Amino acid sequence: MGALYFIVAFGALGVGSYFIIEEFIEKGKIVADNPFQVVNGFLIYWVFADIGYRYMLQKMPVANIKPLLYLPFKKGKIVNYALGKTVVSFFNFLPAFFFIPFSVVLIAQGYSVTGVIGWHLAMLFITLAANFLNVFMNNMDKVFYPVLAVIAGLGLSQYYGLFDITAYTGPMFMFFYENAWAFIIPLLLFIVTTYYAYHYFIKQLYLDEGLKDVAKEATTEDLSFLDRFGKLSTYLKNDIKLIKRNKRAKMTFIMGFFFVLYGLFFMNDLYSSINGMKVFAGLFCTGGFLFSFGGLVPSWDSSYYKLMMSQNIPYREFLLSKWWLMVAATVVSTLLCTFYLYFGLDWWFGMLAGAVYNIGFNSSVVLWGGGAFVKTPIDLMTTKKAFGDSKAFNAKTLLLLIPKLVLPVVIYYAFALTINESAGFIAIAATGVLGLLFRNKIFDMIEDIYKNEKYDTIAAYSQKN
Amino acid sequence: MFSLLLDLIQPSSGHIVSNDVRIDQSEDWKPFTSAFIDESFLIGYLTPEEYFYFIGELRGQNKADIDALIASYSDFFNGEAVGQKKYLRDLSKGNQKKVGIVAALIGKPQVVILDEPFANLDPSTQIRLKKIIKDLANDPEVTVLVSSHDLIHVTEVAQRVVLLEKGKVVKDIEKSSATFKELEDYFIGISEIHAPVATVLTEEE
Repeated sequence: MGALYFIVAFGALGVGSYFIIEEFIEKGKIVADNPFQVVNGFLIYWVFADIGYRYMLQKMPVANIKPLLYLPFKKGKIVNYALGKTVVSFFNFLPAFFFIPFSVVLIAQGYSVTGVIGWHLAMLFITLAANFLNVFMNNMDKVFYPVLAVIAGLGLSQYYGLFDITAYTGPMFMFFYENAWAFIIPLLLFIVTTYYAYHYFIKQLYLDEGLKDVAKEATTEDLSFLDRFGKLSTYLKNDIKLIKRNKRAKMTFIMGFFFVLYGLFFMNDLYSSINGMKVFAGLFCTGGFLFSFGGLVPSWDSSYYKLMMSQNIPYREFLLSKWWLMVAATVVSTLLCTFYLYFGLDWWFGMLAGAVYNIGFNSSVVLWGGGAFVKTPIDLMTTKKAFGDSKAFNAKTLLLLIPKLVLPVVIYYAFALTINESAGFIAIAATGVLGLLFRNKIFDMIEDIYKNEKYDTIAAYSQKN
Repeated sequence: MFSLLLDLIQPSSGHIVSNDVRIDQSEDWKPFTSAFIDESFLIGYLTPEEYFYFIGELRGQNKADIDALIASYSDFFNGEAVGQKKYLRDLSKGNQKKVGIVAALIGKPQVVILDEPFANLDPSTQIRLKKIIKDLANDPEVTVLVSSHDLIHVTEVAQRVVLLEKGKVVKDIEKSSATFKELEDYFIGISEIHAPVATVLTEEE
């Protein structure tokens, strides 16, 4: 899903950016001779962004190499295979979805064909060079983050008109267009990085060198302050460790808070005039963690679900711990959302109403949905499927969106249209409070579901093992 | 079959009664039963100590009880597994097993279920484990259920041996000095005909 989104977005940019920038230039919003010049100016950021996200996300296919080691292959062949595999990575195809349509547009707009082809080849080899650079650029955080800071600083100083690096780098990229032969320079860069990647990799080709799984030293933190929650503290402590020590859970946790910014998407004139959007924004911004983490309960415990089911663990305590986590995260998100006050009081009311609805009602709904429909085991150690697991996304989870997101909007309009806007917001919050009052009743129902689904859930979770 | 004992799968027919508790209808068996079946009984992102404390809290033990228990099994751990600043998921299979077995002994359970406990352990740990199981079994209050494919371990450790073949009870014998021979003869017999999968289940009280 995520990949498709990026492909469409890049493709659209490739086709459209020329014309969009052209319009900006005509309106005087950007000062430049032509769109191509603007794009060339920003390419420096593109290149660094490319290297940056590769460094963070693109990993060597190490796991696939181990079984090849003791088969009768020459080492060089294994390395070539592994390096070849990185070339067919999504990271290398994605830029093509921008550069190919963009180049076509350039030619259609009357740019020199040989120049555009030379420029395009240059971009292709820069992309590939970045790919191989990434191979031997592992564990260089000490270099990576300062460079990142410098780039961010350059971007800011350009934005505020202090210093414009693109004035220097733009002509550099333009050079590839003006001199079609110049793609040889990135080609050479590509060859050099490939050469280094090959030699770096062949040295790492031992089980105790590059192929070793790095075990992080365990750190134990004192969570005894949670003991005040009584019996619940046992599970709370575990859930906090779950989030802190597992990549997948940690990412979900952080992503959850990025939802706070989601409301900014609704700020353009198209949406901000529709009040229902404020309700939507309120639900999303305050409930990011609730939806992304809570929606996958009980799968977070899937790898040791048998243990949980054979120990003396009442479902209520197990679930209440998750519930408290969601409530706490929602409260924090709501506090972070205070900045929406800047956009107007009604935005902030939307946030508050959404928060109360999330805490009172949605927190139970996601647990209910999880118990009934979520039976996909989660591999805590990888972030692979973190963006939309196709199996966890089905018609039933879509149906659950009705109580989670559609119902509050309906409630809002039922009261906002008959009485007034504030009544709409109050009605949503009141529903949330009702949900809170009947929480124990709702939990009784949820518990029954978990009990009924116990065997199916265990069977589904153990399938992968 | 151990999964049935822990109510992790539903019986297609019949039911299990443990200490007068019908397992598929009540959860009252949980406080007096503990088990280590496989890695899915371990929580990978905890250190062994944290895991013991977690199980301990579930079974109503405090931190001091658990510390004492870890200390009393220090020779079983043999300087490995505990106190190493490692998460369970980073331990070797054998050390994971040691942790799982000891965790199954937390809170003085009356029924202890161990699936293939000797597999993946080094010889000296196997010997220590046999001693632990025998000591437990000498307590008249405690029943230990152990499954194994290894006849030597079985006959050494068990008081009662049940031989299952394809889910059917083939033999159910009180252990005596002749048991090993009897079992061995049985398996030699079937290995000459064909090679079925047979599990030996041992029980001691």
